[in-house]
Amino acid sequence: MDRRSFLKLLAVTGVGGVAVFEGINQFGATEAAEIKKSTKSLQGKHWGMVIDVSKFQNAEDFKRIANACHSYHNVPDIDDPKQEIKWIWQDDFEHTFAELESNYLSEKIKQQQFPVLCNHCESPACVRVCPTKATFKRDDGIVAMDYHRCIGCRFCMAACPFGARSFNFFDPRPYIKEINPEIPTRTKGVVEKCTFCVERLDKGLGPLCEEASRGGIVFGDLDDPNSEVRKVLGENFSIRRKVELGTGPSIYYIFGGGGQSA
Amino acid sequence: MYNGGKIIAGLIIFAAIITSPFLLNIGKADEAPQPSLDTPAINQMSEKKCVESAEFMRTGHMQMLNDWRDQVVRNGDTVYVSNSGQEYEMSLENSCLKCHSNKQEFCDSCHTYAQVDPYCWDCHTDTKGAGQ
Ligand code: HEC
Ligand code: HEC
Ligand code: HEC
Repeated sequence: MDRRSFLKLLAVTGVGGVAVFEGINQFGATEAAEIKKSTKSLQGKHWGMVIDVSKFQNAEDFKRIANACHSYHNVPDIDDPKQEIKWIWQDDFEHTFAELESNYLSEKIKQQQFPVLCNHCESPACVRVCPTKATFKRDDGIVAMDYHRCIGCRFCMAACPFGARSFNFFDPRPYIKEINPEIPTRTKGVVEKCTFCVERLDKGLGPLCEEASRGGIVFGDLDDPNSEVRKVLGENFSIRRKVELGTGPSIYYIFGGGGQSA
Repeated sequence: MYNGGKIIAGLIIFAAIITSPFLLNIGKADEAPQPSLDTPAINQMSEKKCVESAEFMRTGHMQMLNDWRDQVVRNGDTVYVSNSGQEYEMSLENSCLKCHSNKQEFCDSCHTYAQVDPYCWDCHTDTKGAGQ
């Protein structure tokens, strides 16, 4: 075989081989005509939240949003701070905004509790350390969990500066009062956290905590200058948690007016 | 030949024991599982069709579920358009088990027969909300 025909043969087999593998690769083994997003799904570039602290005055305000989230997502109710699972909860000023320390905090701020949850950071430390890519950043900014890949190493829990992640030390099912059959539970040995209600966004619905907050929480696209969140941020003084760590939280806190409970 | 009778009797007993599993099962071929389609959702369908053809589902449902899982969880795509143009939500509990609500008589009947034990039910719930 001379050089010219050898090269021709190589080109033909190369192109043919690529075509064959492309054909095999398409949609794996499924026969789907198409796989697509729901036409109802909410599209965003950088989902975020603004929490108006002034709307969270009493225990009931916190319980309402935590219940809405936890009962829908099958989050177990475990009465032990070392082993509990939480997606959205409350904490005081000194723990929420540790770096904003003041020697003479007003009594009102000392008493104030703040709703806290996963910050869906712009450059999330948890994603960087996950060895299996079980936690990853979606194109819309959500730091998502793929529970199927979680091996329970808990590097993400060590990396997260907000304590937003909980580990299932045992089977959570006995601690779930009523299992919501539309959503999977988790199992012993996986880490879990707030998902920004991805499964609801993909169907065109907003997060449950926003829905239950009676205006205390606004959810929207931080990259869209016309969005509700940006409007609220444009009109209020806002702060984020632990910005000095450089993870870039997507949850903003404002201290609103009113002072009325929602 | 010393003790010829005993040896022959022993041999016969030995042969009987060694072939007993075969002899006892003559004519009783292990029955193939009969996954039941008798559920309210399927009984209501005018044309009883799965997401894809029954042949494809029989051999390909595990792969399909893997694809669905990755598409939904990692890409946020939730809609599967089948070969025939029908749209389905890609969900184990909200699609497969909405039609096949008799997990025990359907999924499990095959899986027990084939000795596969998918670990999906550690987290995914069947329609009764009780897991497995
Ligand atoms: C719209 C209702 C519906 C949905 C959704 C559905 N099925 Fe089916 N499935 C059927 C019907 C009806 C049949 C019988 C089809 C036939 O006999 O041609 C069937 C057949 C099957 C079979 C073949 C059974 C046999 O007898 O060999 C398997 C396996 C199967 N389905 C698995 C699944 C899985 C896994 C899912 C989810 C990915 C699913 N099905 C979703 C209605 C449904
Ligand atoms: C017609 C018989 C049949 C029916 C009906 C059936 N399966 Fe299966 N399934 C199998 C067989 C056989 C395997 C194992 C294939 C293998 O190991 O190669 C399997 C494997 C699986 C696997 C992969 C398990 C693993 O460990 O990798 C999943 C997941 C699964 N089935 C889900 C379902 C669900 C959900 C249903 C009911 C909606 C269902 N199957 C109904 C025969 C069936
Ligand atoms: C560690 C717990 C866990 C195990 C084990 C598990 N899943 Fe899931 N799976 C989930 C969770 C949680 C979601 C929902 C993610 C979401 O909605 O954002 C999900 C989502 C899915 C989805 C897409 C949406 C839905 O609700 O069905 C599919 C399909 C799926 N899993 C298939 C499987 C299959 C097949 C298996 C077994 C081979 C399995 N999963 C095992 C936790 C698990």
